[in-house]
Amino acid sequence: MTVRDVVVTGLGATTPLAGTMPATWTALLEGVSGARPLDAPWAADLPVHFAASAAEEPTVRLDELTARTLDRSQQFAVVAADEAWADAGTPAIDPERLAVVVSTGIGGVITLLEQYDALRERGARRVSPHTVPRIMPNGPAAAVGLRFGARAGVHGPVSACASGAEAIAQGLDLIRAGRADVVVCGGAEAVISPLPMAAFAAMRALSVRNDEPHAASRPFDKQRDGFVLGEGAAVLVLESAEHAAARGGRVYARLAGAGMTNDSHHVAAPDPTGAGAARAMSLAMRDAGITPDAVKHVNAHATSTPAGDVAEARAIKTAFGSSANDLAITATKSCTGHLLGAAGALEAAFVVLAVQHGVVPAVRNLDDPDDEVALDVVRVEPRHMAVPVAVSNSFGFGGHNVALTIVEAA
Amino acid sequence: MTDNDILAAFADIVYDVARIDTSLVTPEKRFVDDFDIDSLSMVEIATAAEDKFGVSIPDSALSDLKTVGDAVAFISKAGVAA
Repeated sequence: MTVRDVVVTGLGATTPLAGTMPATWTALLEGVSGARPLDAPWAADLPVHFAASAAEEPTVRLDELTARTLDRSQQFAVVAADEAWADAGTPAIDPERLAVVVSTGIGGVITLLEQYDALRERGARRVSPHTVPRIMPNGPAAAVGLRFGARAGVHGPVSACASGAEAIAQGLDLIRAGRADVVVCGGAEAVISPLPMAAFAAMRALSVRNDEPHAASRPFDKQRDGFVLGEGAAVLVLESAEHAAARGGRVYARLAGAGMTNDSHHVAAPDPTGAGAARAMSLAMRDAGITPDAVKHVNAHATSTPAGDVAEARAIKTAFGSSANDLAITATKSCTGHLLGAAGALEAAFVVLAVQHGVVPAVRNLDDPDDEVALDVVRVEPRHMAVPVAVSNSFGFGGHNVALTIVEAA
Repeated sequence: MTDNDILAAFADIVYDVARIDTSLVTPEKRFVDDFDIDSLSMVEIATAAEDKFGVSIPDSALSDLKTVGDAVAFISKAGVAA
């Protein structure tokens, strides 16, 4: 049996940079930061009182009834999925051949906390009957699945900050295995709320650069001190190459391979050797049938934490060997912040656009590169260059490593 | 409170939960067939009605409330607070 080629035919995103994918991409190339102060009263007492909140409220693109039955994470998922689906030209598809894989890292925690307040203040009978569908981890997937009537399967793989990339990897598998012809896949996250902020701060994972939110996310820079929490969603429409060709669908790029491994080292800290991450990249390249020297660009997971960025740099050197110095590397969380379960999908979309347009976005705030990184990290200005093959990395608490290989359209 | 007052106030609840225009919320309308209101939203309507009218709508009664008129009659009979 021949392996079916899988192509990307639609993109959608709502992010801290903008309410759509094209506007997000433009802002990214301009080096805009999505980080902003949180002026809500609850934020004042936290050690971190800024975040990369969404540039546009998801409710502006949803009818009121849809909005009020969905958690904020589901709202983001639906908004991004609607855009991706329209961008793909609303493909005519047998519902039994259409699947959805949309992940979240944490789930409907804003609803959970609101409803816990309702329970304590007003009693059990005042807890909303919509609570469970809003907080379940498959909630964003279910909301998107219902939206499009997907009957080939609706899934929500969960692997913390690698979730969005894992969703795309699963979409690739579904099409290759012949279980679907079109898969709407991606990730969504909405946890800018007191408890998650306090919890990430308690791990010392967040940047505390409260006086300079725009300068806080600085992957690979010597002065980095943690990540900036973001929110939003990104969704890609994957399609078998035959299906896209038969309907005359526009192809952005080919999703050529995926690699997934686990560090099995520590629940939150990365393996400092980067061995597991390196294996994910190697597997993603092997799965795509390419060798490291063919890859020209890596979108690093690089969240701006002291340990993670250096471990990833080591992993890139291990996976690419002598070709590592030929890679143009970027870390787009410097602009977007860290969208957790949506990050891997958003960065895969950025890589698709980098391949299509031949441009690698620059890392914002990279003023003084860490000596331990010693790779060609694009800074100051985007780099215009041919990007025939690129890799996107995503890692998550739990030791998850996911790498995706994206190749220019034939 | 007259039944018409109850109907008007109940229509506001239906609008809040299901975004059905209040002018369409008339006694003969069926929640499921006419308004496409699902069982989860019916629970929301019932709890909002309990708060607004100071009555208790037990789950056993809820399933019998098929129309707007059924709900208004139940609230009226349950002794809506003046």
